[in-house]
This record gives sequence, C-alpha cells and structure tokens, in this order.
Amino acid sequence: MTEPTKMLDVTDISLRFGGVKALTDISFHVDEGEIFSLIGPNGAGKTSMLNCISGRYKPQEGSILFDGKDLLSRSINDRAKIGIGRTFQNLALFSHMSVIDNILVGRHHMMKNNFLTGMLYWVGGAQKEEAAARAEIEDIIDFLEIQHVRNEPAGSLSYGLRKRVELARAIAIKPKLILLDEPMAGMNLEEKEDMARYIIELNEQYGITVVMIEHDMGVVVDISHRVAVLDFGQKIAEGLPEEVVEDEQVKTAYLGIDDFSMDDEKEVG
Amino acid sequence: MSYVPNPRPAGDFRTTYKDDNRLFKTHFETRSALVLLAVVIVAAPFIGNYWLTQLILIGIYAIAAIGLNILVGTTGQISLGHAAFFGFGAFASAWLANSFGVPVLIAMPAAAVLTTAVGMIFGVPAARIKGLYLAIATLASQFILTDFFSRADWFSGGVYGALAERPSIFGFAFDSDLRYFYLVMFWLVVTAVAVTNLLRSRDGRAFVAVRDHYLSAEVMGVNLTKYRILSFGISSFFAGLAGALFGHYLEYVSVEGFTILLSIQFLAMIIIGGLGSVYGAILGAAFILLLPQVMESLTTMAAYVFPAMESGKSYVKQMSIGAAIILFLIFEPEGLIHRWQQIRASWKLFPFSR
Repeated sequence: MTEPTKMLDVTDISLRFGGVKALTDISFHVDEGEIFSLIGPNGAGKTSMLNCISGRYKPQEGSILFDGKDLLSRSINDRAKIGIGRTFQNLALFSHMSVIDNILVGRHHMMKNNFLTGMLYWVGGAQKEEAAARAEIEDIIDFLEIQHVRNEPAGSLSYGLRKRVELARAIAIKPKLILLDEPMAGMNLEEKEDMARYIIELNEQYGITVVMIEHDMGVVVDISHRVAVLDFGQKIAEGLPEEVVEDEQVKTAYLGIDDFSMDDEKEVG
Repeated sequence: MSYVPNPRPAGDFRTTYKDDNRLFKTHFETRSALVLLAVVIVAAPFIGNYWLTQLILIGIYAIAAIGLNILVGTTGQISLGHAAFFGFGAFASAWLANSFGVPVLIAMPAAAVLTTAVGMIFGVPAARIKGLYLAIATLASQFILTDFFSRADWFSGGVYGALAERPSIFGFAFDSDLRYFYLVMFWLVVTAVAVTNLLRSRDGRAFVAVRDHYLSAEVMGVNLTKYRILSFGISSFFAGLAGALFGHYLEYVSVEGFTILLSIQFLAMIIIGGLGSVYGAILGAAFILLLPQVMESLTTMAAYVFPAMESGKSYVKQMSIGAAIILFLIFEPEGLIHRWQQIRASWKLFPFSR
C-alpha cells in the first residue's frame, strides 16, 4: 500500500463561545479512503468539531486543510462545491419537498441552469439538465434502497428512512469527504446493520472518505479504520479502534472515575 | 403540508425522466387547463363589460400574487411592501412611456425590470433577518416608496398622479376592455408557466430548500444571501409587471391606490389560495376580488327578506367578508388548491373514496 494522502488535516483547533471553551487545541488528520470515527461522551464537542469542518462554526484558532486547501476562509456553501457533504444529528431534511427533490438539492452546485433558463425551461437547456440530474440521482436511490418512497414528501417518512434520505442527499453532492453526525442514532438493530453496510459500501465503492460521530461502540469498532476520542473539548486518545477502547483514559471518560472512588463519594454523601 | 397521494390514475405511466417533470401532474390537468384557457378566450367577447373588468383585475392581481408567492410561499420570507412594488411598476411604466416615449408594450416589462432592481435593494435586509423582524423591515419599503411616489414629481407626477395611456402596436390599440383582457391573459399565462418552470428547476428547488431548512440548504451548497435577495427580485418583477398592467388599464396612476391594505390583500390571496402554489395564487386572487361582490348580492337579497337590515347592509357585508375569510382559514388552512388536490385524489379512488 502506498503512503496515504491526508484528506483532512486539523491543526490546533480551538473554539470558544463567550467564556466557554467548546474545543481546545484539537489536532487530527483523516487519510484519503478512511472511515474515521469521532467518539466521546455527550457534550464532548464532537458535533462542534464537525460544525467547524462544515463551516457552521468558525474556530478562533487553528487551521483545517482539506485536500491541501485552507478550509476556514471558505464560505459554507463553497465547501459543498469543493467536496464536503454532511448529514445532521437532528434530521435536517426539506420536509415539504419530495425525496427526489431533496436529493436533487445536493446536485445544486453541479447544475448550470439559473432562474432565467429555469423559467424558459424548454429552450435554455434546463429540461435536459434536470432530466440528466434525475437519471444520476436514481443510482443513489437504488443504492440506498429508497425507490418506494421517491415521490413522498420527506417529512412524511419514518425516522430510519429519513436518515437514509439525508445520506442520499449528502452523496448527491459527490463529496470526497462525507461527515456523518450520528447516522445510527435511534435505529433498531436491523436498520443499524443496513446503515453500516451503506457506510462501508460508500467508502469502498464510491471511494468517499468518511468522518463519523457515533455512540454505538460495536459499530464504531467494527467499521472504522481509526478513532479519535474527545472529552470536554479535548482530544484524549487517537488510534486503532481496538486500542482506543482499551485506553484507560477513554474508559474513565465514558464510565466516570473508577468504582472505588465512586463508592468513596457515596460514603461521604 | 398534508399528505397528497400520487394523483396519477392507474395506467398513466411516465417512462422518461423528462416526462416525470411535466408542467402538470396528470394528463387530465393538462387538458383541463387548456380547455379552460380556450373557453375563457372564446367566451370573453360575450360576457359583458362588468365581468370583463372583473376578469382583467383578477388577472392583474393574480400576476402580482404569483410573484408574492415566490417570496412568501416558496422562499418562506414575508413582505408587507408588495403593494409598493406593484405601484412602482405602475409609475415606472407610465414614466418610461411619458418621459422617454417608450412604446407601452415594451415599457411594461421594462418597468418590471426596474422594479426588480428596487425590490432587490429593499430585499437586502432579508439576507440578515427573518420572520416578524423582516415583516417590519419590508413595512419600511412600503412607506418609503409611497412617500417617494407622492414627492418625486419627475417620476410619478407627485400628488397629481400620472397618466398612463393604453398600449398599441402597429396601429392596433388595446383600447377596448376586451383587447386589454387578452393582453392581461397573455401575461398571466406567461407568468404562470414561467413560475411553474422555475419551481421545477434548480433555483426553484433552492428557494424551497431555503424555506424548509436554511442551515442544511447552505451545507448543500445553496448561497443563502443570493437566494433570499433573488427571491425578492423575482417577486418584485411580477409585482412590477402587474402594476404596469394595472396602471395602463386605469389609464391613470395615483399614489392612493397602493396602500398597505393592498399589500395585506396580496398576502390574503396567497394564504387563501394556498402557499407555494402558482394556481392557488390565481384562485386566491379571484376569491379575494369576488368575495365582496358575492357578499354584496347576498346581503342585498337578505335585505329584501328582512327589510330591517336595509340600513345596516354595508356593515353586514363587511362582517361577512371577514367571517368568510376566518371560516376559510379554519376549515381549509392549506388553501383552495389543497381542496382541489383532495377532489382529484377522491376522483382517482372513486367509487372507493368515502
């Protein structure tokens, strides 16, 4: 295997909200073709980190390089153009649009027709482009097995399906890097297995690099290549998933201080 | 938006993606729209001047309402200044025709383009603020523009207003109501088709995305500032076009016609017609324009039966207009167009529906 290239290079990111330090000097990198998981207890700053990459938050310090290009100076909508897609922890679909239209929005930055050619539709090439885009996203619909709900308004779907539509919309961007914020939250075992399969497939077949936040440790250990652990806005561990879950600091972060001291506190209290 | 099942009858398959994006959802709708249009065009000479005037006004208001619908229904913003843009179009068209001798038929769309520019300037706050705050900001455009109309003598003739002659082309003058009606119909069809096209293409989708979830729209690569201001621009374009048609129809434009009351009526049209729907806006315009007249005749009839009502007739009329709108919003909050969709769905399932 040749030396992997760095797809995402995060250096010394610090993010503050007023006096609250959400992230402190976070550094990690994600190689091309990797599935990289960010884990940590609630409130550890995982979603804040993802928001820094997708542009929702602007960190006060540090730098993020994507494919060697500086990311922080770019606007949010520009980041879709250079190849970053994401899904959200709380569903963020366009609930009144049909599933097809939702996915087509992901194609927005690749399409050429504007409001004028759109209004003329038949003469400016908009019709042709729309039909072509439809044909392309149909592959994504097949891949995620959501054919049966194509024309339904996204807001009327079940939770698991909505998560899939969100993933489809992110894939439609044709990203090099996809950020998944808790893709399996609130799913049953079967749906989780499906989702894990989709993530592996989109990583291996489509060649998309994945950064994922996930709480289900089983899934994290099974599918991710590398893992970073955040706690209270700081990175406490990074490495192979099997190593990370055995790390003492990580165990403490997840389970609290060890049993003895818990007992001590109980006695005191 | 409530659930509307696939309206296509069994056996009506779409086999290409091009086909799947048609202007109308079903062949039945395509045909009925064409038939309706043909009936209106053929019947127009025979319906008498009163109804012709009504139809012209409905057509003009419908164009403006379709424009407002892009802003409110599709992009999810709000404007309390639509009447001011409507008025700007009327004055601008009269100004272009009177001061520069631009042929009226060209002055109308040119005035609409000017209104677009003005609308985009007043739409700039929309890039930053939303909801009720935006409503107040657009209220400012209403007052600033009406004030401008009454002061800028060079542009609007000030408090005296401006004369606006009827258009003509190659000696063919649109001097009768019937001829003007066909002109309005032409622009109404152009507007309806253009906006329907817009909504099924890239930028229309971006508008809806901004409305439904602006944060994720931005992550999908939609430039929020651009689309928010653009929707003000497009909405003002149709307001200006409708205003120009209005001015040249009355042949006189005066400041008093474009108050905030008209702005609110435009909002009522699209809410009653159905937010986000082009054809709903047309229905809403017809509803708002015809309701007072229906109520007028109803109260007149009631006054025959109960002579005691005679003196309070006009109050009863006003109250029943209000009551009709409130009842409407309670029982059909999604507008007239939703009622149509339900009828369509029940036809499809007949005789198993209900």
